[in-house]
Amino acid sequence: MPLDGNSTEVSFSLNGRDVAARPGETIWQVAQREGTDIPHLCYSPDPGYRPDGNCRACMVEIEGERVLAASCNRRPAPGMKVHTGSDRATAARRMVFELLAADQPPREAAHDAGSKFWQWAERLGVSGSRFPARQTPEPDLSHPAMAVNLDACINCTLCVRACREVQVNDVIGMAHRGAHAKIVFDFDDPMGDSTCVACGECVQACPTGALLPAAVAAPEGRIQPDRQVDSLCPYCGVGCQLTYNIKADRLLSVDGRDGPSNRNRLCVKGRFGFDYVHHAHRLTRPLIRKQGVKKDPDVQMDPADPLAYFREASWDEALDFAAAGLKKVIEERGGSGLAGFGSAKGSNEEAYLFQKLMRTGFHTNNVDHCTRLCHASSVAALMETVNSGAVSAPFYDCENSDVIVVIGANPTVNHPVAATFFKNAVKNGATLIVIDPRGQALSRHATHMLQFKGGTDVALLNAMIHTIVDEGLTDRPFIERQTEGFAELAAHVKDFAPERMAEICGIDAAKIREVARLYAGAKKSIIFWGMGISQHVHGTDNARCLISLALMTGHIGRPGTGLHPLRGQNNVQGASDVGLIPMVFPDYQSVANPAIRATFEKLWNTSLDPAPGLTVVEIMGAIRDGDIRAMYIMGENPAMSDPDVQHAREALASLDHLVVQDLFLTETAAFADVILPASAFPEKDGSFTNTNRQIQLGRRALPLPGDARQDLWIVQQIAGRLGLDWNYAGPEDVFAEMSLCMPSLKGITWERLIDEGSVTYPVDENGVSEEVIFGHGFPTASGRGRFVPADVAPPDEVPDADYPMILTTGRVLEHWHTGAMTRRSEVLDRIEPEASANLSPRELNRRGIAPGDMIRVETRRGAIELRARADRDVAEGVVFIPFCYVEAAANLLTNPALDPFGKIPEFKFCAARITAVDAVAAE
Amino acid sequence: MADTAPGNPDIVRFRSPGRGGRASAKPKGRQVDPVALAEIAALLGDMPRSRDRLIEALHLVQDAHRALSPAHLAALADEFRLALTEVYETATFYHHFDVLDDGQPAPPEITVRVCDSIACELAGAARLIDDLTAAHDGAVRILHAPCMGACDRAPAAAVGRNQIGHATAERIADAIDMGATAPAIPGHIDYDTYLLEGGYRTLKSCLAGALTRDDVIAKLEASSLRGLGGAGFPTGRKWGIVRAQPAPRLMAVNADEGEPGTFKDRYFMETDPHRFLEGVLVGMWAVEAAECFIYLRDEYPAVRQILLNAVARLEKAGLVEPGRLHLRRGAGAYICGEESAMLESIEGKHGLPRHRPPFAAEVGLFGRPTLINNVETLFWVRDILEKGADWFAGHGRNGRKGIRTFSVSGRVKEPGVKITDAGITLRELIDEHCGGMLDGHSLKGYLPGGASGGILPADKADIPLDFGTLEEHGCLIGSAAVVVLSDRDSAAAAALNLMRFFEDESCGQCTPCRAGCEKAVKLMERPHWDRPLLEELSRTMVDASICGLGQAAPNGLLSVFRHFPDEVK
Repeated sequence: MPLDGNSTEVSFSLNGRDVAARPGETIWQVAQREGTDIPHLCYSPDPGYRPDGNCRACMVEIEGERVLAASCNRRPAPGMKVHTGSDRATAARRMVFELLAADQPPREAAHDAGSKFWQWAERLGVSGSRFPARQTPEPDLSHPAMAVNLDACINCTLCVRACREVQVNDVIGMAHRGAHAKIVFDFDDPMGDSTCVACGECVQACPTGALLPAAVAAPEGRIQPDRQVDSLCPYCGVGCQLTYNIKADRLLSVDGRDGPSNRNRLCVKGRFGFDYVHHAHRLTRPLIRKQGVKKDPDVQMDPADPLAYFREASWDEALDFAAAGLKKVIEERGGSGLAGFGSAKGSNEEAYLFQKLMRTGFHTNNVDHCTRLCHASSVAALMETVNSGAVSAPFYDCENSDVIVVIGANPTVNHPVAATFFKNAVKNGATLIVIDPRGQALSRHATHMLQFKGGTDVALLNAMIHTIVDEGLTDRPFIERQTEGFAELAAHVKDFAPERMAEICGIDAAKIREVARLYAGAKKSIIFWGMGISQHVHGTDNARCLISLALMTGHIGRPGTGLHPLRGQNNVQGASDVGLIPMVFPDYQSVANPAIRATFEKLWNTSLDPAPGLTVVEIMGAIRDGDIRAMYIMGENPAMSDPDVQHAREALASLDHLVVQDLFLTETAAFADVILPASAFPEKDGSFTNTNRQIQLGRRALPLPGDARQDLWIVQQIAGRLGLDWNYAGPEDVFAEMSLCMPSLKGITWERLIDEGSVTYPVDENGVSEEVIFGHGFPTASGRGRFVPADVAPPDEVPDADYPMILTTGRVLEHWHTGAMTRRSEVLDRIEPEASANLSPRELNRRGIAPGDMIRVETRRGAIELRARADRDVAEGVVFIPFCYVEAAANLLTNPALDPFGKIPEFKFCAARITAVDAVAAE
Repeated sequence: MADTAPGNPDIVRFRSPGRGGRASAKPKGRQVDPVALAEIAALLGDMPRSRDRLIEALHLVQDAHRALSPAHLAALADEFRLALTEVYETATFYHHFDVLDDGQPAPPEITVRVCDSIACELAGAARLIDDLTAAHDGAVRILHAPCMGACDRAPAAAVGRNQIGHATAERIADAIDMGATAPAIPGHIDYDTYLLEGGYRTLKSCLAGALTRDDVIAKLEASSLRGLGGAGFPTGRKWGIVRAQPAPRLMAVNADEGEPGTFKDRYFMETDPHRFLEGVLVGMWAVEAAECFIYLRDEYPAVRQILLNAVARLEKAGLVEPGRLHLRRGAGAYICGEESAMLESIEGKHGLPRHRPPFAAEVGLFGRPTLINNVETLFWVRDILEKGADWFAGHGRNGRKGIRTFSVSGRVKEPGVKITDAGITLRELIDEHCGGMLDGHSLKGYLPGGASGGILPADKADIPLDFGTLEEHGCLIGSAAVVVLSDRDSAAAAALNLMRFFEDESCGQCTPCRAGCEKAVKLMERPHWDRPLLEELSRTMVDASICGLGQAAPNGLLSVFRHFPDEVK
């Protein structure tokens, strides 16, 4: 039940003193502000938690009222006289604690003796109870991440609100009634068997220790950290702020912090997937490939035993060796004989220095990173139409939206915390439209779920555009004032009536029209998209359609509107911004533009290659063609992430010299001549830019293991050996240089980042961040946004008699990218330990394959074997495979065909066939 | 390290960098079984899959399968696009749903519920339950149940949905043998008869504009009609408040009479349903309610049938547009008689009372301003409008005004519904309306307002019974459910019965009530009652419980200390 907020200040009396409540404030909040601590258990002042008033630990006396009132959810009325310390109120609060204490393990045996419950009990002088105890519930230790001990539960429902209202994962409920009321997961299932996605919001909310991270739950009570460091999550582009709890220089647990993009929330990876840094596979000494160890793409190296293939070397030797091999190729073939892959997982400063090294030390623009595999087409379309590759509004701006469109994205899996904001918005009345060939957790919250045929995006979107033109739903004034090319678009979509496209995309014409009307007719509509849009040979066309939708309806540049490609990795936005891209210098300034080049040549004091470099997949082709002979790869794993990865592996194996800088002996490092052991996220300082254009600071929390080194140091050491005289003492020095060549950083200093923790760019002349951009036009030459019509093009490889199924790839919640980090996290590995392929239960049934059976999935590029998972979200005729599993690498199967503009491969669609694998043979 | 797959030498199988294990064959948690889904879809038919129909849907499944299996619940969640836990949370809250564990069989075909609330306990319910349990093996399920609204025919039991008054093991066995599990529909004034004697003329006057809304509200105010569910809020004033709220407004009728000892609403609905419904329709008209929901307790299946027929008849007669007047079925939860818990239940959720403010008149059903009235309150509307405010206000004695309907049970010769003056004393009520005490019994005390109203001793039998007259003695009139105790009864035992009832019926939301009732029962089961501790506990229950249930739950216990202290020394 929403509390009605007072719209003005309210004067009332608190303990005999006249005070004023600010609009919306409760009695508890006013008292707190005025310095009076009122006990509270079921109330959490943290953002997103509705006061529920059930525990009755915060009772106060209001003159003239028959009974006491819960201060946490009571708003003061003018003239009200409130007493927080009256005998009645104090007696009731003590009694509440005594009743609850009766049913708790005694403090000496508490799961968390330092819990909010026991802290308050101590302050109220309650240490035991005169009441008989209830029956003690059994512990539930079924989940790898969390310990459930309901003997400490006080039925405060904070975990229910955490699960249902904050994260909206809807697993926890309060079932039964009266004294039998109890916290349940789904149908009172063990937590580990439930639909729990282990976001851990409940353990963070629990005031008693009934729910604890398993890592801190011990028989002798909660394990306490000896220090804490505020930092960021190393995983996705949401950019959650978190706190590392550290004990004896090891990460003990993680708490969410109140960052702008996460408001204390985290997902399973951010909260529980941190222990990869301590994994036994960590590389701690530089390694040089042993003589005679063949680079064989068909042979896996055991990452637990690098010394079987490599020998340890000193840093000097390893760096000399690494640099010598690179120099040799430069000398023999020039810069175009080399290429470098940086990483979207490193900091802005690391990415900046890496691209600078490639351009100034290697004299090549052959530098790229995994943005090429995720949003290159989206960025291509955005640059072409509005000349800005970043999002137009933060994802949490959906709070202001009437209609939210999520297309080609599965945010509960890939951007789980962003998804919580979408679900919150729906709970607050927004309309959600999900458009995807696969069902997903958001579908349940959507008013419209368009599960269309994969690869028919342009047909569907053009039909929506047609409807908006046809039915006169455009924003004419906006189109005239702020755009160009509308007439061409309108003429182009004439042939795309929904009635004609329905058959193609598999969605009823009426439904297409309805959704188009909803989107266009709303006051404020916003579009979110992901790889389902971008990873197609027509990925740029897909994005063009989305941009056209926003431009023609004026749904951009205002709060609650806009275009938001959900960025994948924690720093893919930043790595792109700082120029880890072959065609552009930092801030997307073209390498081919002589004036721009001259600026950078002056700044960097060297001549620069005017030719745009090759992209990720092109580089693999160039290696096979013999044009590129050496590579420097920092934190990327193309031997898992590239399409048609067998060919990529063969290419990597064929290099004359490969330098890999990483944490583990990755599939890519297996082809290295030298491996430089690097720093993990919690071991370094640096700035990171999330999907919302927020630059945030990651902070060093741990010492480096063994002789592993800071990436910034390693890059500088290589630079030095290539004759560059660099001397950056730390990331702040690099950031200062970035500010010299990146207009987007105007008004943002390292000191400001330290002070504020998060700053959104751009910043206006008053130093204020612009969260929503394009309010005053577009940064194009004409100041107008451009419509670019898109034609329907089929996927590169469509199903046929030999390969009748559609293979589509993506991720699972627990695993990150190629799995190098997450599969080395105990909790994540236990939840998703093995490769599986998701297929419709009907499809499996028809083929006589039992869920859990091994199947063989085959395409024209390769074959893998893995377990079948029956998943209703997958349409018949489709097989979905996450690409993180080395034992059944989906990218052995994927099609390397590229989008002509973004050069992004078609990971989302190729032809495949599946067969059952003989069960005996599979064992 | 890498292997080739046996039989598939072309496949190179690398090994996971993790510890390994076996991938799950399904996504996380329970999956929807297609067979169960088809069954549920067929059962629901064209019922809208909106949350507020969830309890209706649970009833459909329970009725069809005698239980709610996990597979059916998961299918329901899928159909309603709800989370598994939302469905489970709702289903497990209500006594009348049998939620099964995986693999657990449905309960036997016949369930016998025996009322063990105060009036029935006085009449030997405990013994009856023992006898039945001994006589019937697993083929019949014997459950104890809270008040069924048949206190004048105690002990009461229900074989399936067939309620049996003055129940004995033999009568129940006969019903089981005959398979008599359907409710018997009592004779009542039907639509045609009601119309003949002038029914719905007042409603038609309202609809035609002959009566204005202001007139109607003014008349009700003048009549001194108050909310007869127990709270006693002046009815005319409530209608005026709701009418002043922004549209759309809604109406809800509380027909969840569950206060032990109370059966008057049942009487009105079972005998003269259209007089009640005319009041409902006048109320809807007066506050211009878009829709009205009658929330009827599931213990009254006969009333449900009567009302379903009556509403259909009204729709046919054009007196209410189809789809505006809904009948919703409770599912065995006393707390849903608390008006805000009732709203939650109508919305398809577990019945947890809401915090006030805001009040239902401002933020009620589905967040809309809502007029909530009790059955009896609405029952009198027509008569007041036709006979005048003075007619109603002219009743009353001992300085009190109006008509009051007492549900009398316990140790009197003629228990039953007694429509008489507000302000009548217990002694007058027994002497004039109940034929005196049972032979061989002498008055020891009485419950003036069901389980919540406390217990008064015989020397307080001359107090006028009305709103506001009993508070100084630690008691409440509430729904005017009078249970008479005699010298053969123990006030302490009665208080323990009441506290057990509250323990069973507490929603569990707030600590003072959830833990308080449970701890109080444990303390009251001891031979010696710890008076200081129980009084301290009671103080917190009264002061700090969210709703009236917890606030009133200690009334019986406190009455024992106050009026019958010798029993628990």
